[in-house]
Amino acid sequence: MSDEKHLNQAALSDLKDIMEDDFSLLVTTFIDDSILRLSDLTNAVNNGDADLLRETAHSFKGSSGNICAPILESLCNELESMGDGNQLEGVPVYLAKVQQEFTCVKSALESLIGK
Amino acid sequence: MDTVEPLKILIADDSNSDRLLLKAIVQNQGHEVVVAADGLETIEVYTREKPDIILLDALMPRMDGFEAAERIKAMSGEDFIPIIFLTSLKEADSLALCLEAGGDDFLTKPYNSVILKAKINAFNRMLKMHHTLQQQRDQIIVNNEHLIQEQEVAKRVFDKVAHAGCLHVKNINYSLSPLAVFNGDVLLAAVKPSGKIAVLLGDFTGHGLAAAIGAMPLAQTFYSMNAKGFGMKEILQEINSKLKDILPVGVFCCAGMMDLDLREKTVEVWNGGLPDCFLYRQSDLSYEVLPSCHLPLGVLSPKDFSCETQMLEMLDGDSLFMWSDGIIEATNPAGEMFGEQRLKTVFEEHRSAETLFKELEGRVNSFIGGSQRDDDLSVVEVVMVDKEEFEVENVLSNHKSYQGPMDWGMSYDVRPDTLREFNPLPVLLQILMDIPGLRSHSGEIYTVMSELYSNALDHGVLDLDSSMKSSTKGFAEYYQLRSKRLGELQEGYIRITMDYRGDDSNGLLTVTVQDSGKGFDISMQTDNDYKLDGYSGRGLPLLKSICNSVEYKGGGNEVEVKFQWSYNDSRKLA
Repeated sequence: MSDEKHLNQAALSDLKDIMEDDFSLLVTTFIDDSILRLSDLTNAVNNGDADLLRETAHSFKGSSGNICAPILESLCNELESMGDGNQLEGVPVYLAKVQQEFTCVKSALESLIGK
Repeated sequence: MDTVEPLKILIADDSNSDRLLLKAIVQNQGHEVVVAADGLETIEVYTREKPDIILLDALMPRMDGFEAAERIKAMSGEDFIPIIFLTSLKEADSLALCLEAGGDDFLTKPYNSVILKAKINAFNRMLKMHHTLQQQRDQIIVNNEHLIQEQEVAKRVFDKVAHAGCLHVKNINYSLSPLAVFNGDVLLAAVKPSGKIAVLLGDFTGHGLAAAIGAMPLAQTFYSMNAKGFGMKEILQEINSKLKDILPVGVFCCAGMMDLDLREKTVEVWNGGLPDCFLYRQSDLSYEVLPSCHLPLGVLSPKDFSCETQMLEMLDGDSLFMWSDGIIEATNPAGEMFGEQRLKTVFEEHRSAETLFKELEGRVNSFIGGSQRDDDLSVVEVVMVDKEEFEVENVLSNHKSYQGPMDWGMSYDVRPDTLREFNPLPVLLQILMDIPGLRSHSGEIYTVMSELYSNALDHGVLDLDSSMKSSTKGFAEYYQLRSKRLGELQEGYIRITMDYRGDDSNGLLTVTVQDSGKGFDISMQTDNDYKLDGYSGRGLPLLKSICNSVEYKGGGNEVEVKFQWSYNDSRKLA
């Protein structure tokens, strides 16, 4: 899979400029937070907790936007909307998509910081 | 990196990566950053760090951003703390919640550093403006308190000066704001020793302390001169010259003054710059208009000032109204002025003198209705009443009892050293002015005394020939010679003898002036007054026009004049 789809390269280059030496800290922080959020999302689905689903997806959406991951951002937006409408039937499918997309974003980001 | 004024900015976001990013953006722009990861921590950090601006995430654990914003806005009081909500919320409802909680702006994720910079700069400008505004407001509050304090002091002083008044008597009705003196309005009333009631309504130009300052000498002069029994003309002269002296150009006092004579049933009126005064006649419910015939007080120099008064008959129950222009300019909510025509209508339609004042007040108040009541609505009505009734009601008889020294005589010799250096007239006049009955004739008494004294000195003691003064050259010579003779004077005297007998309604003053000069043949004096040595020109006719009698005695070096006053001023009857 090409990184170009998972990460917005133009925006990412601005982000590197802003963060300078702290760019790798930003990336690892994002990855660590995201792992926690994925686990929260899984719990929310298992427990049918729409509020937790909505709030976690909302935060995840915001952070994904900031890290220049547009596909992940829009998938999280879908999840947030589902939680908001309390329609949890289609959630597991989307959750799987989110997990898959995160894996791609994560490896793309890690390659950027030389991991 | 741009150079900016560094601010302290609080970033509150529970997402570690987002907080990290935002912190980097804000620090790159040169600001100091403090952080919080939830609502409670936000409040702690706010309290501790006192940041200038808060960037606040809406959804956070422990306490969300809405509640944190509300609390911080409540805690900040009148200080302005801009709160920018960080949000990827897109629904209008949620954004409205941010505003309700006290948010001032939004920043949406993903963050854009250019937009954030613009917002921070905008709020920094607002902060500065707010700060300036607060400082200026505080300064205004301080200034205002100071001003009010000064006005209170000034008012206390003024009230003391004006307290001698008799505005409370039953036949005076008036409407005057308690702080009228700061609108330049002054109302004074006094009972003279003669029992006449003097009333003065003044309206100084301008407002505030500047308008009030002239009221002090005005009131002081009015009360002290009335208490001493001076007439209205003398009082007006004195007030005018005092105000002319002390007030800056452009500040003057429109005034109306009246002397109400309860015994003679007359009123003496002077109006300088006030709107027309109205004299309301109870007998036929008509009214007479007394327009302003003079310039206001404090405009003209004493020699140009005219204190010409108008004397009118007033029967019991008749009343005289004076007002400042406030009544004519009283404005209703539509911006219309009450005007002279409405004023006249009140007088034309009214059928009873007794309720006229209340009626007038009521009409003006209902006219201005909901609009801000003008503070400078000053009106006074003075009603002619029975003298005895007035005295009984107001227990003013003690004012009448002081008639000054009533039966006395004195002799005053002035010898060379004194003649050279000293003018004895003020001392003598002061003795005479202790008699209330003479005070209202102070001008005439002064003329008589100075005429007698200068004749005794020039033509008696110094033996100067007044005919010298008929040419310009002679005039100068006359004064050179006068100065020379006075300087060389070794012997000679002037003896002034005064004798006074009187009571509360009339009195007789006899003044004899004797000098050491050679005199003249007094048998000539009845033939042609004008040729008499010593009293050439206007001297003798002037004395004769003022005094009841003028008589030469002895060797022509002694002259005796008699001056009689009586309550009704017709001295010449004696």
